[in-house]
Amino acid sequence: MLGFAPMLTTEHQADTLLLRLSGRWTVQRLPEIERALRTLPLNGLKQVQVDCAALERADLSAMWLLRSTLQRWEQAGAQIEFTAGAPEHFTFLSELQTSTPSPRVTHEAELLWPEQVVANFGEQVVELGQHARDHLGHFGRIVITHLRAWRHPRQLRGPSVIRHAYEAGIQALPIVALIAFFVSVIIAYIGASQLQDFGAGIYTVDLITLGVLRELGVLLTAIIVAGRSGSAFAAEIGVMQLNDEVDALKSIGLDPVEVLVVPRVLGLIIVLPLLTIVADAMGMAGGALLSNWLLDISIPQYIARVQDALAPTTFWAGLIKAPVFAVLIAMIGTHRGMQVRNSSRELGRLTTTAVVESIFMVIFANAIFAVIFVELDF
Amino acid sequence: MASEPVVSVRGVVNRFGDQVIHERVDLDVMRGEVLGIVGGSGSGKSVLLRTILGLHKPNAGQVLIEGEDITTMSERELLNVKYRYGVTFQHGALFSALTVAENIQLPLREYLHLSQATLDELTQLRLNMVGLPLSAAGKLPSQLSGGMIKRASLARALTLDPQLLFLDEPTAGLDPISAAEFDELVGYLQSSLKLTVVMITHDLDSLLTVCDRVAVLVDRKIMVDTLDGIMNNPHPWIREYFHGPRARGVTHTVMTGTTHGT
Repeated sequence: MLGFAPMLTTEHQADTLLLRLSGRWTVQRLPEIERALRTLPLNGLKQVQVDCAALERADLSAMWLLRSTLQRWEQAGAQIEFTAGAPEHFTFLSELQTSTPSPRVTHEAELLWPEQVVANFGEQVVELGQHARDHLGHFGRIVITHLRAWRHPRQLRGPSVIRHAYEAGIQALPIVALIAFFVSVIIAYIGASQLQDFGAGIYTVDLITLGVLRELGVLLTAIIVAGRSGSAFAAEIGVMQLNDEVDALKSIGLDPVEVLVVPRVLGLIIVLPLLTIVADAMGMAGGALLSNWLLDISIPQYIARVQDALAPTTFWAGLIKAPVFAVLIAMIGTHRGMQVRNSSRELGRLTTTAVVESIFMVIFANAIFAVIFVELDF
Repeated sequence: MASEPVVSVRGVVNRFGDQVIHERVDLDVMRGEVLGIVGGSGSGKSVLLRTILGLHKPNAGQVLIEGEDITTMSERELLNVKYRYGVTFQHGALFSALTVAENIQLPLREYLHLSQATLDELTQLRLNMVGLPLSAAGKLPSQLSGGMIKRASLARALTLDPQLLFLDEPTAGLDPISAAEFDELVGYLQSSLKLTVVMITHDLDSLLTVCDRVAVLVDRKIMVDTLDGIMNNPHPWIREYFHGPRARGVTHTVMTGTTHGT
């Protein structure tokens, strides 16, 4: 009857079933045991005889499965009889069961499909509202702690601010410079090839100047910093949460916002404008190089053209955004880090959220700036 | 007690830089016994355990598990040995992103293809064995108390029905009552399932109630003896350990009282 399983042979006569167990009933062979037990008839049995004489080895898991099958028969009114004595572990298992009456492991009832969609949507909306409120609360706390700290300069934690300025700023220099350079080379290249068709190649310089100084320099820098430091802030503070270090700080009477959050915000506020200036310079250099190469515009010519294209506000229109982006990135990163609770999965999830949210917020804020600047004719 | 050792450590040397942790350490664990390993902080208990588990390669020497030398094995052969023992780590080391039930099922899921119903049934068995309520199955480790974490981690260690169990400080961080219950549980499972247990512990109560023999790591060497033997050992650290101010109360009650678990 059971070709694949030399572990179990059965003889079925009318309402009597004879089970012969043999071989090794061990964890490694559980899948076979499971299959063999499943092929047995479920009810209509009066008597079940179990013969364990040929059983070589039996371990707990396998015996548990056998036992629950036998119990199901017993509940259906069958009589169980061990012809060669009960197998090993059965007494232990009975002992376990008598000591703990055990309902089965239950799974939570799942909602039906349409209800699920509505429920999910509702949850998301509520969550969104909560997020907005939380962020606002966090922002308020940072501002208050910050203002308080200015009255007692020691609370500004200079060494910590410098550390974060170094890690988020100086260490980001190479990547920021490189990306600004290459992106402006790409803009110049595309601009030149299009504008040349109209005989307006010289306007490539205007394109680079305005594009890099007003928008790209600061935006690229902010996105890179969000990826580098936003994630670092969230992960570092998140691990501190998991290790109870944040609670330890509180118990010493220190305010985690003051010790962990404000220095990061300040560090980033200092460093992001500086990085933006570097990105601007590298972008202009990339533009100069490509103009020289593709359009035969000499460096003095390029500089003169840049002077013409520049309005007095162009450079500042880019730079003024940097501290705002810095606050957004640092705030979101630290806030998400503070929210980590209990598990490593939370840490990963919130670190990802921190980066995604801060990049989104940077771009969103940039759009608002664009509208404001147009309205103000800045 | 059978004569052949389940685990035997032969001349193991462990060094980190200039610092020698173990200098030719020998240790035999007999089938069916409970061996307690004690030693001062930094004496290399955990390193010894990691060496026996095959997680750390010793600088010299052999570790035999059921007669097979694991220090010269390939990763794949080692995996075969790893099926045969269960381990609980000091802080539980439950996977924090998985529920208790998923933690317990993990080894089964990984190695065997079983239906969800069977997995649930086996999970129920493990929970019963370690005395956890079934309501704990769906909880995340962060929702459990310290004692429940230790129990859940024991349940996971027992999932593949090992004959050999390693416990790293099983009662550390538990209150005396939970610790005593846990000791009782280990003793009960050990005698019912005829397990061989190696436990690192700092808990004198555990040593006195569950352990058959005690191994003490001192001066980069190991000394193994029965409980009585080790208590009368003249080595100053051992004397201090068992007869120092913190120990006196415990050893006195247990040695004169009747409590003896195994």
